[in-house]
Amino acid sequence: MTLLPYLVAGWIFLIGVYGLVTSRNLIHTVGCLSVTQSSTYVLLLAIGYRDGGTAPVYAALPKDARVVDPVVQALTLTDIVVGATVTALLLALVTQLHKRHGTVDPDELLALKG
Amino acid sequence: MTRRGRLVLFLAAAAVVAVLLVAAFLGLPQFGGSHHPYGDRAVRAAFAHHTANAVAAVNFDQRAFDTLGEESILFAAVLGAMVLLRQTTGERRRPPRRARVSPPIRRLGMVMLPVALLVGLYVVAHGQITPGGGFQGGVVVATALHLLYVAADYGALERIRPLSPYEIGDAAGEAAYVVTGISTVLAGSAFLTNVLPLGTFGTLTSGGTVVLLNAAVGMEVACGVVVLLASFLDQAVEIEAPPGNNGAGPAEAAGGGGNA
Repeated sequence: MTLLPYLVAGWIFLIGVYGLVTSRNLIHTVGCLSVTQSSTYVLLLAIGYRDGGTAPVYAALPKDARVVDPVVQALTLTDIVVGATVTALLLALVTQLHKRHGTVDPDELLALKG
Repeated sequence: MTRRGRLVLFLAAAAVVAVLLVAAFLGLPQFGGSHHPYGDRAVRAAFAHHTANAVAAVNFDQRAFDTLGEESILFAAVLGAMVLLRQTTGERRRPPRRARVSPPIRRLGMVMLPVALLVGLYVVAHGQITPGGGFQGGVVVATALHLLYVAADYGALERIRPLSPYEIGDAAGEAAYVVTGISTVLAGSAFLTNVLPLGTFGTLTSGGTVVLLNAAVGMEVACGVVVLLASFLDQAVEIEAPPGNNGAGPAEAAGGGGNA
């Protein structure tokens, strides 16, 4: 029994959160959030994998072909779309923050509030 | 909290989370195993509705209502980014400077633009039989238009991309999805049920409503991404901060801290 693909997903998640915690630039923070989220893609696709399976697209396949799970692939597509929209919104917020406060360092932003 | 304290707290928490994750992974189904009850049922349902791409069948047929939610998230995000990145008081618009682009890049861009546009439309149209669909193809179409920005300059992009049709297209794509759902209700079944003729398996017209929903999503994604990128490009290229607050480097931030 191999755990490696699941462990990779867990590692990507933790390394993304590490980036979030230590980030000194909000653009970098948004990038780290994307990394954190991409761990869910790896986890979903790893769960749906079937040994020797091919893509679940039957246009050029016999109907009894061995394919990977299409449900998690569809979920991953949803995941990617939501991730992209969240990234776009956060980057728009960072742009406005930079204009208002002149900095994108989260620590300096805290100092400005007080 | 100091940076060091934050890091120590993170490392302790991460160690706990890592242990919990490994414990959870040990309970997951075996990697590469052949037990996929939902996958097998989804494939059978895709065959029943003559949709060769099982992923498209899941997204636009079996989970069509969820995809409406996903599409609405995209719509709301584009709307939110537009509101956030609008021209605020005191900001001026300056005409974009003409950029110098080397001739080979210009020629390559002009050749690739129609090719990329066609590939995008192909990916949208063949979503039910090949890998792809509205989401993927829509992004390709929107990217193709922005080859103009790379190959010529921002002025050329703005001439070919008056924004209001794309804003309307974004809303129309979202509306077309809902209208398709309402028409299935009027046809006497549940919201977003696949009621259209299913066609021959593996052909362009197979899959019933999957084709329509793919086209609606493709239109919304293409227009939405164009509008989204336009808001960001406007900020980078055209909109100018009011005088006295231009760009605001770290030194200015320290000086402006008092009135922030």
